Amino acid sequence: MMRGLWKLTWIEIKIFLREPLGAFGTIGFPVLVFLLLGRVAGRRLAPPPLAASSFILVTLPVLASVLIAVSAVLSLVTIISIYREGGILKRLRATPLRPHTILTAHVIVKLILTAATLAVMVLAGKRYYPVDVHAPLFSFMLALLISTWSILSIGFLIASIVPTARFAQPIGAIILYPMIAVSGLFVRVDSLPPVLHAVARVLPLSYAVALLQGIWNGDAWSSHVGDVAALAVLFAVCTALATRVFRWE
Amino acid sequence: MRPVIQVSGVRKTYGKTVAVDEVSFEVNEGEIFGLIGPNGAGKTTTMECIEGLRTPDQGTISVLGLDPFRHVYKLQDRIGVQLQQAQLQKRIKVWEAVDLWASLYQKKAIDGEHLLEQLGLADKRGAWFMNLSGGQKQRLFIALALINDPEVVFLDELTTGLDPQSRRAIWDLVRGIRARGKTVFLTTHLMEEAERLCDRVAIIEHGRIIDIDRPEQLVDRHCPERTVILATDDPIAEDRFRAIPGVEAVILTDLRFTIRGRGDDLVTELIRCLSENRIRVTDFRTILPNLEDVFLKLTGHSIRE
Repeated sequence: MMRGLWKLTWIEIKIFLREPLGAFGTIGFPVLVFLLLGRVAGRRLAPPPLAASSFILVTLPVLASVLIAVSAVLSLVTIISIYREGGILKRLRATPLRPHTILTAHVIVKLILTAATLAVMVLAGKRYYPVDVHAPLFSFMLALLISTWSILSIGFLIASIVPTARFAQPIGAIILYPMIAVSGLFVRVDSLPPVLHAVARVLPLSYAVALLQGIWNGDAWSSHVGDVAALAVLFAVCTALATRVFRWE
Repeated sequence: MRPVIQVSGVRKTYGKTVAVDEVSFEVNEGEIFGLIGPNGAGKTTTMECIEGLRTPDQGTISVLGLDPFRHVYKLQDRIGVQLQQAQLQKRIKVWEAVDLWASLYQKKAIDGEHLLEQLGLADKRGAWFMNLSGGQKQRLFIALALINDPEVVFLDELTTGLDPQSRRAIWDLVRGIRARGKTVFLTTHLMEEAERLCDRVAIIEHGRIIDIDRPEQLVDRHCPERTVILATDDPIAEDRFRAIPGVEAVILTDLRFTIRGRGDDLVTELIRCLSENRIRVTDFRTILPNLEDVFLKLTGHSIRE
């Protein structure tokens, strides 16, 4: 039963925006960095040689998207552990509210903020990036939402295990940032040393990056069924594990 | 009177620690029932088992005819809960919390604005939770516990950490809940609170219930001692006092007598003795034992230790 879901989601969004740096940190800051990078790179490299233009045209948007997704996950981990430590989760639980409704509300909040950040970025980036005309924005947004949803389930698993709120952010970062390093964003997964290559194949972020890059480049969804499936499996496994080990207090 | 809460043989352990053992009691409709004991005695564990937040290892619990474990959501719909040391989101506004809670229940919620007014929070409706004082937070939690017009209200250490003035105001609120026909189940380690507020109390220590009754009955049963302090300079007084039946000790310090004995008749006998012997007194006070003394008697230590 989803009673209270929308009200809780709406209140959580408002609360998040009331945080000092809440709106700026989530939406403003990534957009700002994105624009600055684009400006610097665009000026220096104009007319862009092929390598540089591929960086600006493909890597940067995908990199920015992945970072937004990861920061959403880290923020989810932190919020859940603060809520647990403060007894907020327990107080919410002592109502007819279903546990999964509370968790779903937080996931929706993060998805909405991720989408909002991306939308602002696309609009602001129009001035500096001539590419968005060709990029399939709607498909890309969808791919990003699927990726974020899936990575959020890792966040849940982390949130279920971290002992205190103080450790939430660092532990989340330690788990997630190495995943980005070998995700294929900086070096193609194929050209990684065999060991790292194997690691990357296991880690979920490589599938997210493959999906995002592919869709950004105009691939059809049909050529990324495997990536979507991998992300779906990740979601199912992490959610199942998290619901088993989740602590409310 | 119909029992609305029935607890029978409940046991709950955390690892090797036994938090609650063989706990049994009933709470009747329309009464304020208090579970009293020191911190760590098992009060909160017992209460959270009844609320459906914890599962007992053994024993059965029935609340409004429901099993709190199997019918937890059905039960939550009909009860109101205030948890010990709970928090809300730092930046949630008072009215938002009330509005959210009102939307969670199947039954139509009562008027939140009216409730805030009754609890003296109307001028704080737009304030963030983090900016409320301790007393205001507790009143908000009471509002949230009452928003669904519950049949049973659970209050866990309601006034801990509050100043005496807020404490008295909250006691009045709790009496108001009873006046509306609700049943109140509360825990406290403040004996004064239990004595002033509760119709019946259960004394719990080390996870076991030691005795259950009305506060005054507990005092009569366990602490029949009476003490009278009086001042007189009459030289015959001391011998006369010692002759009164029931008197166990007469202590004289600076023309001030402390007379100890047992039984309700002690005071009457003493007054009769004074009047028959025309003993002139300049001060007369009786000291009656209270729940604090009952606790000391039953456990061998004060509740604050």
